Amino acid sequence: MPDMKDEDIRIGVFICHCGSNIAGYLDMEELSEYAEKLPHVTFVQRNLYSCSEAGISEIKKGIMEHDLNRVIVASCTPRTHEPLFRSSCAEAGLNPYLFEMVNIRDQCSWVHMKEREDGTDKAKDQIRMGVAKAALLEPQEPIMSDVQIRALVIGGGISGMTAALSLANRGYEVVLVEKEKNLGGMLNQIYKLAPTMTDASALAEEKIRAVTGHPNITLFTGSKVNAAQGFIGKYQIDIETESGIKKIDFGVILIATGASVYTPEGLYGYDGQRIITQLEMERLLKKGLDQGIKNIVMIQCVGSRNEDRPYCSRICCQTAVKNAMLIKNQIPEAKISILYRDMQMYGVENEELFRDSKAKGIRYINYDSVQPPEVESDKVRVYHALLGREMLLPADLVVLSTPLIAHEDAVEISQLLRISIDENGFFLEGHVKLRPLDFATDGIFLCGSAHYPANIREAVAQGLGAASRASIPLSQGSVVVEPIISVLANEDACIACGLCVALCPYGALEIQKTEKGEKVHVIDVACKGCGCCAAACPQKALDITHFRDRQIFAVIEAGGAEAQ
Amino acid sequence: MLDVGRHPNIELLAYSEVEKVEGQAVDFKVTVRRKARYVEEDKCTGCGACAEKCPTAVPDAFNEGLGTRKAIYNYFAQGIPSTHTIDADYCRQLNGKKCGICEKTCQADAINFDQEDRIIQLDVGAIIVAAGYDVFDPSLIPEYRYKEISNVVTAIEFERFLSASGPTGGHLDRPSDRAVQAEIAGLEKRVNKSQRALEKFEKKYEEGSGEFYKKYEAGQYKDDEDYKKWADKYAGHPAIVETLSTLKRKVETFTVAKRLAFIQCVGSRDFRFYPFCSGYCCMHSIKEAIIANEHEPETQSTIFGMDIRAVGKGFEEYKVRGGNKSGISYMRGRVAEITEGPDNNPVVTYENTHERKVESQEFDMVILATACAPTKGIFELAKILGIELNKYNFVKTSPQSPVDSTVPGIFVCGCAGSPMDVPESVAQASSAAERAAEMVFQSQSEKEKAVA
Ligand SMILES: Cc1cc2nc3c(=O)[nH]c(=O)nc-3n(C[C@H](O)[C@H](O)[C@H](O)COP(=O)(O)OP(=O)(O)OC[C@H]3O[C@@H](n4cnc5c(N)ncnc54)[C@H](O)[C@@H]3O)c2cc1C
Ligand SMILES: Cc1cc2nc3c(=O)[nH]c(=O)nc-3n(C[C@H](O)[C@H](O)[C@H](O)COP(=O)(O)OP(=O)(O)OC[C@H]3O[C@@H](n4cnc5c(N)ncnc54)[C@H](O)[C@@H]3O)c2cc1C
Ligand code: SF4
Ligand code: SF4
Ligand code: SF4
Ligand code: SF4
Repeated sequence: MPDMKDEDIRIGVFICHCGSNIAGYLDMEELSEYAEKLPHVTFVQRNLYSCSEAGISEIKKGIMEHDLNRVIVASCTPRTHEPLFRSSCAEAGLNPYLFEMVNIRDQCSWVHMKEREDGTDKAKDQIRMGVAKAALLEPQEPIMSDVQIRALVIGGGISGMTAALSLANRGYEVVLVEKEKNLGGMLNQIYKLAPTMTDASALAEEKIRAVTGHPNITLFTGSKVNAAQGFIGKYQIDIETESGIKKIDFGVILIATGASVYTPEGLYGYDGQRIITQLEMERLLKKGLDQGIKNIVMIQCVGSRNEDRPYCSRICCQTAVKNAMLIKNQIPEAKISILYRDMQMYGVENEELFRDSKAKGIRYINYDSVQPPEVESDKVRVYHALLGREMLLPADLVVLSTPLIAHEDAVEISQLLRISIDENGFFLEGHVKLRPLDFATDGIFLCGSAHYPANIREAVAQGLGAASRASIPLSQGSVVVEPIISVLANEDACIACGLCVALCPYGALEIQKTEKGEKVHVIDVACKGCGCCAAACPQKALDITHFRDRQIFAVIEAGGAEAQ
Repeated sequence: MLDVGRHPNIELLAYSEVEKVEGQAVDFKVTVRRKARYVEEDKCTGCGACAEKCPTAVPDAFNEGLGTRKAIYNYFAQGIPSTHTIDADYCRQLNGKKCGICEKTCQADAINFDQEDRIIQLDVGAIIVAAGYDVFDPSLIPEYRYKEISNVVTAIEFERFLSASGPTGGHLDRPSDRAVQAEIAGLEKRVNKSQRALEKFEKKYEEGSGEFYKKYEAGQYKDDEDYKKWADKYAGHPAIVETLSTLKRKVETFTVAKRLAFIQCVGSRDFRFYPFCSGYCCMHSIKEAIIANEHEPETQSTIFGMDIRAVGKGFEEYKVRGGNKSGISYMRGRVAEITEGPDNNPVVTYENTHERKVESQEFDMVILATACAPTKGIFELAKILGIELNKYNFVKTSPQSPVDSTVPGIFVCGCAGSPMDVPESVAQASSAAERAAEMVFQSQSEKEKAVA
């Protein structure tokens, strides 16, 4: 677009007090006086909370009454508040990309609580830089793209089946891919389910029947996702099925791949016979226990909450208590001791189970991780931290509570779909508190033990929740993508070297034939605006809108200039 | 919150209550009482000019009664909607006195003292109960002496202490110290007043107070009301000044609270109150201890708990980090008693389960991790909706259908169903929305089929 004439630029600066979060630590008066003197600034106002309804209406009023064509809010973080301010600009008739945010809370008042003057000076610097950028901003139109109304669910455990059924019940076409021959996941290996003590296989069968009989669900068992391309609304997926590769397009993808049980090779003399895992205990219970077993010792946190695996696997305490109760049902006179660090019986149902188990005579012995129990040929030696002495517990059977760990192929999936995994190998959600079922990548969602160990109640809730999240683009039929993307700003300069194509982490670039020969082409909807390509281009042919070179250089220059 | 307020598909009826529900899934008729705010929603811009001018101060419920607000108010600064509300219990005008200052101040002409409750009808397909929880009242546990010892506070009160927009601006000023400061402010007012009164007399009689008093005592002045008042004022003055300066000296010794004790399972895992585990309180105590340490690096915290149930994603790591880097130590066991020691310091008596002896330790402040109690209104609401509660008075669900209530078409999420933290509540909110959508869609397609 043609550059606006310098004298036509009218910038409004709104400085937020954030209650006392900012105003308590910076000199607000000085800031607004300073902002008034900056080039192109025609209006400055301070708000108690710019994000409150009152604050927003002040901003809109400012835009309309003072004919502003650029707006700056100096307040908190754009991560949480930029969308709001942008849409407020839009409501006042200003293109939302003519808005710039300056973070004087997280970067000034919070980190310089005790240096009022320096903090204020830094805020001035940042406002000056923001103003420099704002003067060069360009209006931007959102990019629309159609959504393929079809969902891919990867993983056919309880969470994946729940999600698939729910979407299918809402009329959406669903493809469910399960790598094993059978659906059901971990449920297939469990005997009874706490807290209701219903048959795990009954729940599995009920869901499997519903899934296989559903007209909207196409099921591929013994199958895997082999290749993936695309972006929200249009993921092109290759599924390797028993009858060859199927290429299908999807609008959204749900990850429900669950987790595996850790096998404690080399720990506590694990042998799979007398010294077994809780998962193996489930199998023994299914078969029916040998009545000769009288003394059972369970050890918690085997291979978890340590240096290798610092996390708590959340469900193994519940599983141990459940299995202890089930053993008591089969062998009422059995003596069961559970050696624990903390009994993680959180919530209403777990704590109730925990209480009931104590009433049934199950013994709980606290041990300290620096002095772990020792398993001997027919007994377990443990230092009872609360009694302050060593105890010898006879043991016909030792059951080790091992954590759920991420599947080995989680890494492969994360690379195929370009989604993140956390330091423990589980999939990483978009935001711990606010987006627990989303990924940072649009159009991909997460549920069940693939995210973090979950019990059935949690896995089902998350399956439903992920379906709900996924149904938003499906029901809207199209997505609007943020227009901060790569553009071939200087087509002539591009020599089609392909450096950017290889670097783009989202597969958003390709080389195309044009009238001017081979040139790079940006797939708008796939581009995330990360900037890798523009930074790498040896010809400086690429630019990122809203972060063009000249905009960034203007900011840097303003940053270097002394505050008057 | 803002997203809710702005979403075109959400109609927000704040300050309202459900009165009656008829019909069934897909076709509920809901009667809602919109309580009178005495402020017109469509006119009020939320500017707050009225609250600035309102002369009536009221204990601030949002800041857990730790500060004050006005009789016309917005529940909290970023509240949605920002429509102000007049507190009919406190407002002078509504209690027959003369005032109406807010009405004069409001430029939007939004104040309406004649507003009455309005009843509206809604037709809805599904209902989601997200009524949350109440914080357990720890004064029911006499041995913890909450309310008796000022420096024993609840975790939710402590959240307000840590908040930069809270009553202490984020500083850990102890409640007892704050009380002294309030006393000083009161005394300063009194000293000033007495000073002014003396000055008035001095001007009137053109004589210094000291000189006058000497003569008065010596009987040189005749018995006169005015002289007597002057003499009394003068005689009383040094005492107030003295008290004030003693208190001021005392205040100089005050520092922010640096030794904190967090008591877990207050009301939870306790047969006298709630036998269940509230799930989130271990984690929020760790969080509060870490934040306190960030505010003041010398802060040392002890968390007293039977088990530390930090079981969400990343929480165990958070807990260990808190121990290594934020001065937190964990002590296993239940606290027996809290008493008051010197300098208003609470003293915690507990069994050191590792040393196996009873110990007492003095702290600057004690924070009680109170239970997640079923919300009081849930009984009434459950009756109106016809849904069952479980034996702990949370909305009854089953593990296989975690957000379905016992009535088709009515769903539940968050702490109304059982105690849980924010991520789980957020996830469940989506789950409940999904179930509602699923149900409405299915009945629609059935109807379409029936027509076809
Ligand atoms: C010993 C034990 C006892 C338990 N007892 C109880 C209990 O009593 N009560 C309770 O509530 N919970 C219990 N649980 C927890 C319960 O098993 C989980 O909540 C539940 O299985 C989680 O379901 P999910 O769908 O997330 O994962 P999973 O059940 O693990 O299912 C994941 C599915 O995805 C498939 N998959 C994985 N990778 C891929 C891929 N790349 N492509 C395609 N498919 C893939 C897997 O084959 C599997 O079928 C127990 C867990 C264990 C280990
Ligand atoms: C001190 C403390 C600190 C915490 N810190 C954290 C933390 O750091 N991280 C974390 O994840 N969790 C934390 N939590 C837990 C967190 O508060 C809950 O997980 C969360 O608030 C649950 O959300 P909710 O929507 O279910 O309930 P609530 O937040 O209780 O919301 C319920 C809403 O429903 C309204 N309502 C009630 N009854 C009715 C009715 N009859 N009609 C209409 N409306 C009604 C209420 O007014 C309220 O607005 C903390 C809890 C406490 C006590
Ligand atoms: S749930 Fe229990 S056994 Fe499992 S890691 Fe956590 S504390 Fe250890
Ligand atoms: S900006 Fe990032 S995502 Fe967009 S094309 Fe360049 S490298 Fe790819
Ligand atoms: S009438 Fe007076 S007391 Fe009542 S809210 Fe208005 S200003 Fe406050
Ligand atoms: S979360 Fe911790 S403090 Fe809260 S009830 Fe459970 S064990 Fe007690």
